[in-house]
Amino acid sequence: MKVVEKARIMDEAAMRRALTRISHEVVERNKGVADVALIGIRRRGGPLAERLAARIQEIEGVRVPVGLLDITLYRDDLTTLASQPMVRRTEVPFDITDRVVVLVDDVLYTGRTVRAALDALIDLGRPKCIQLAVLIDRGHRELPIKADYVGKNVPTSSNEIVTVRVVEIDGKDEVVIEELVEDQQSL
Amino acid sequence: MVFENRKDLLGMKGLGADEITAILDVAVPMKDIISRDIKKVPPLRGKVVVTLFYEPSTRTRTSFELAGKYLSADTVNLAVTTSSVQKGESLRDTIKTIEVMGADLIVIRHSMSGVPHYVARNTSMRVINAGDGVNEHPTQALLDMFTIRERKGTLEGLTVAILGDIRHSRVARSNIFGLQQFGCRLRAIGPPTLMPPGLESLGVEVFHSLEDGLEGVDVVNVLRLQRERQQQGLFPTLEEYAARFCLTPERLRPARPDVLVLHPGPMNRGVEISGALADSAVSAINEQVTNGVAVRMALLYLMMGGARDEIAG
Repeated sequence: MKVVEKARIMDEAAMRRALTRISHEVVERNKGVADVALIGIRRRGGPLAERLAARIQEIEGVRVPVGLLDITLYRDDLTTLASQPMVRRTEVPFDITDRVVVLVDDVLYTGRTVRAALDALIDLGRPKCIQLAVLIDRGHRELPIKADYVGKNVPTSSNEIVTVRVVEIDGKDEVVIEELVEDQQSL
Repeated sequence: MVFENRKDLLGMKGLGADEITAILDVAVPMKDIISRDIKKVPPLRGKVVVTLFYEPSTRTRTSFELAGKYLSADTVNLAVTTSSVQKGESLRDTIKTIEVMGADLIVIRHSMSGVPHYVARNTSMRVINAGDGVNEHPTQALLDMFTIRERKGTLEGLTVAILGDIRHSRVARSNIFGLQQFGCRLRAIGPPTLMPPGLESLGVEVFHSLEDGLEGVDVVNVLRLQRERQQQGLFPTLEEYAARFCLTPERLRPARPDVLVLHPGPMNRGVEISGALADSAVSAINEQVTNGVAVRMALLYLMMGGARDEIAG
């Protein structure tokens, strides 16, 4: 099996515009950002949360706190995996109690990551409310979870892979749709 | 990952630098959990950890128990003094009994070297050696290494002295095996009667005086002096041992200015280490206890997830 790129659905400019729009929506929905904190889900939610915070600062002149959540210990598939996934640090250097926490992730798919993130957050404190911002919503939910802010809705089939790349981790900004294909097809 | 092809943790011998690093890396986020208001995460829900200690212990046993609880495992401590062991039950039968009750992992300490290895061969449970005779105490070495890495930023190329009764110390052996994987220069300091034969062949430099042995060291790991060794005639009196080998702030001067002092506990203040030094900023003795919980959480997590059937029993 190998991964073949089928389509590039966002470039750097498209990602920038989507994040700018989401920043405005966060400010508008919450009537300012007095209680707002952004928490990115590792790994690619982290850089996206940082960028949203920078945009919000440009709009409102306020620097909202930014945290980083590792959800590994809250995954629902730990007992079925052959070996344990690496755990990384959760870095939320502020109290989330009574704040409006905006969870940030790159792709919303089954919703299982977000379910894990909700449990992880609630172990850290009791937010006033939790909202969800994602760059891509690709459908195929397996849990009753819905995003409050979406960069782009992308209808996909379940054998496709949506890959978000960010400069901070991958060296460039783009979103591509890939597919796993049998090697024979390329011969 | 580390325990993909490894059922048990029986010793540091045979663990590679990459495996040790993976364990220490997972211990970093685990340590954060210990300082939270809600000290509990869910990954080991429904798993059972049993501790079976044939030797007394407070910190190691308690730290395994808390590590399991912080990860949502159920932990049971089998006190040998109140168990069927007192009625003459064999070790093998005790282990089998614990296994068929549904335990997933057993932590065992025994005064005889090799007991955890014997248990591991005779059970499908995963086994962690919490100290066997004079052989190994791998989780102590891992927490020492975690503490050193946290304070020094790295393990690579450090000069580490181990001070005291090297001969009867499983802590010393495990530390030597582990630290050598990172290219550390190792020294053993103590009276000749407390040095095991063949230490040099392990690549350890032996010193019989503090002044020579401490010259330029980055880390000193002070071992507990077991009082019963006096009866064996290995040193004349505690006072005489302390007169030559008790580590004090003054005697530490030949070491590097940023030297780190470790002690696995429990301490005999004024025998192997002075109270003033133990309570000073160069000592990480309390930090070691916290790190012990973090490292054991990392091990339990890494060893107990996943599909057990895939691991060769």
